[in-house]
Amino acid sequence: MEKLQFARVGETMYHEKLENGLNVFVFPKPEFQKGYAFFATNYGGMDMRFCLDGEWHNTPAGVAHYLEHKMFDTEEGNALQDLAANGASPNAFTSNAITGYYFDSTEKFEDNLRILLSFVSVPWFTKESVDKEQGIIGQEIGMIEDDPDWKVFMNLMAALYKNHPVRVSVAGSVESISHITADTLYACHKAFYDPANMVLCVAGPVDPDRICEVAREILPKEAGPIAVKDYGEKEGPEAAQALVEERMEVSAPLFQLGYKGDAPINGEERLRQQLVGELALEVLLGSSTSLYAKLYREGLINQEFSYGYECYPGCAFLAAGGESKDPEAVRMAVADEAARIGREGVDPKLWERVKKGVYGNKVRGLNSFENLCIGQAQAFFAGSNFLRFAEVFDTITKKEAEELIENWVRPERTALSVVRAKEEGQ
Amino acid sequence: MSQVTHRELFPGVWLRAVHTNKFKSSYLSITLLAPLDKKTAGANALIPEVLRRGTAIHPDMESMSAALDELYGGAIEPMVRKRGETQCVGFIASFLDDAYAMKGEKILEPAAGLLCEVLLKPYTEKEVFSAGYVSGEKANLIDRIRAQINDKRTYATQRLTQEMCKYEAFGVDKLGDEESVSAITPESLWQRYQELLATAQVEVYYCGSAEPDRVAGALKQALDKLPVNQDRTGPDCDVRVSAGPEPIVAEECMDVSQGKLALGFRTGGLTCWETDYPALYLAVAVFGGTTLSKLFMNVREKLSLCYYASATLEKMKGLVLVSSGIEFDKYQTAKDEILAQLEAVKRGEIEDWELEGSRRTLIGACMSTLDEQGRQEEFWLGQTAAGLEESPEELAARLEGVTREQVAAAARKLELDTVYFLKGKEV
Repeated sequence: MEKLQFARVGETMYHEKLENGLNVFVFPKPEFQKGYAFFATNYGGMDMRFCLDGEWHNTPAGVAHYLEHKMFDTEEGNALQDLAANGASPNAFTSNAITGYYFDSTEKFEDNLRILLSFVSVPWFTKESVDKEQGIIGQEIGMIEDDPDWKVFMNLMAALYKNHPVRVSVAGSVESISHITADTLYACHKAFYDPANMVLCVAGPVDPDRICEVAREILPKEAGPIAVKDYGEKEGPEAAQALVEERMEVSAPLFQLGYKGDAPINGEERLRQQLVGELALEVLLGSSTSLYAKLYREGLINQEFSYGYECYPGCAFLAAGGESKDPEAVRMAVADEAARIGREGVDPKLWERVKKGVYGNKVRGLNSFENLCIGQAQAFFAGSNFLRFAEVFDTITKKEAEELIENWVRPERTALSVVRAKEEGQ
Repeated sequence: MSQVTHRELFPGVWLRAVHTNKFKSSYLSITLLAPLDKKTAGANALIPEVLRRGTAIHPDMESMSAALDELYGGAIEPMVRKRGETQCVGFIASFLDDAYAMKGEKILEPAAGLLCEVLLKPYTEKEVFSAGYVSGEKANLIDRIRAQINDKRTYATQRLTQEMCKYEAFGVDKLGDEESVSAITPESLWQRYQELLATAQVEVYYCGSAEPDRVAGALKQALDKLPVNQDRTGPDCDVRVSAGPEPIVAEECMDVSQGKLALGFRTGGLTCWETDYPALYLAVAVFGGTTLSKLFMNVREKLSLCYYASATLEKMKGLVLVSSGIEFDKYQTAKDEILAQLEAVKRGEIEDWELEGSRRTLIGACMSTLDEQGRQEEFWLGQTAAGLEESPEELAARLEGVTREQVAAAARKLELDTVYFLKGKEV
């Protein structure tokens, strides 16, 4: 087993690649009560079209999420209840790129880990249970579609991207999920839930060797074939649509402003682009910039304003949004500030300060086992190591952030999504 | 292991310090505990927001943010919470722990200094709060009050509480109401701020690697401009024992695709101060507090009547609040089934796995509180507001001993008081 030390951030990571291809990462935390395990597959809402054993599959939108719901079913009953009966809090999520199952528990950690590894690796679907889930997921879709924050973000994705599947809702629609059958779920499980396409990350008062032993005991002995994914036609650099508006029951207009970026290649380059992207946002519109202060003072943004860099296979973008009485004015103010930075550069004092701030926030973020384990799983699938950020961070230059702003924050790469209140009588 | 101390820094000003090396950050909060009151709730909620805008030394957001960035991206967040009938207003702050500073510099002292500067040395104009800051934050607060409607799940519970506690302080929202916030002026807010500083009990919280004596020293120095008052008002909570003869029913229509049904129960005077509180805590968990609960397993999973259904306990006020998302036409069926599940708990029809699973979940939650600074702070603030000193470990130990009969007996105290239903607009 490989032991990696990250002294600056006070972390130790153990890594082992098992015979079946599963990569295991363990962060021992002897002083904590709770252990946390995250078992994830490199398969998410985006991966609708794939090829396995020479055969192409076009699966309905929402299938990865649907599969996640049904994985908890076992031949004996339901793993959720088995884990809960041991005092564990289990859950799962499906994002655009990955599906992850996790629990934390202060007791019976190894038993719980066995349950987790077992229910995720052994599919058990019946027609009856798959049909019944249509109603439950249909209601969940209804609920998120009522959520204006979700809507404004999904509309932004559809405005930024013409083809890329990030524009499709991870949960799918009531119509798309109606095509899902037990056979679809078995096919997707076979294609993506092989140990060689998965990662297990554990943090807590645990012994790394024991974690690997439990994984060997429960999971298949050998690696199987993994599907090849297809995200369709390559995206051009421009936003598909500059503006998208919708009306819903909201108290103040909500907006999301997006800047379409260049998709990075996998590996450390991807980690680097993420850090540059985050720093670029901080110097452009972050809370210690004069632009932020001006927008806040003028009532164009409030505390709800937030921003982030996001990256999935084949796409990367910056997004910023919240509530605003005039979203268009925010878009123009950011464009003006980006142009000013293009002419004058970023103030070196601001740069140094922001770097210190972002660094401290990232280190503080390591308090969270979730953040540590999910972060490492995502980084691993993207070909890098989550805890490398401290070293990479030091080498990032102001010029890199300026260039990213210059290349990405351009009118043709910008999309604005707005959700306004309904007018009387609507 | 961590060590918890609670000591009085000045009369009515307390420091709770959790000493531990587990975390990469130090967590600080400072909270003024004021009685929840319709007349002052809006102003109290507004005060931390206005204070956060700027101080005499860092007069605007830019300079505040710059000062925080210099402290490795520290965060100071204005905070308003409700614990029982106490409105808790102040700030929560998180800073990088000294051990991870790039050049080995101390962070605790300047961080405590900055936090107390925000509380005690506001930026002023004409000897009161800046008119611009007050009007800006008033608008933000009014937006937040209006935005409560966006999250229908929380909104339904809030409306239930309002209807149920119309004549009690608990019915007042922690943010106050739009009308009283609109009426606030820089002068009136300044006056309220002075009253609050002078009369409210103050609770300071620290969790991190510094020795408690060092923390106390840093905070005594940082708080030395706080007015001295031998007689600060402590928290209080009025408990109404029984429900009315007939449940109150309130309905509302909105443009939504999913209905929300919320039920409010009184616990017959059983609260966190009673010895059988752990039995009530466990009873609510068995009923609707976990994914093993009767509401989740039967109403949601088995009968598919709800997308979600859960129950929470207001431990000081003695309320149990059930929240569920349903199809509009399932109102009667879902309500009947929720009540039927409660009846089963009352009769002691609780399987071993239900009882033990809920017990393990609650104990796990108590113990894992120790692993998260934010949750630990929440826990201790709740204890302070209730005037209790029991730690999460001690509560966990008491939960171990609760029997099925005690759970059923606690559940039998529940009486339905109010029903709230949010439904779609009729077409």
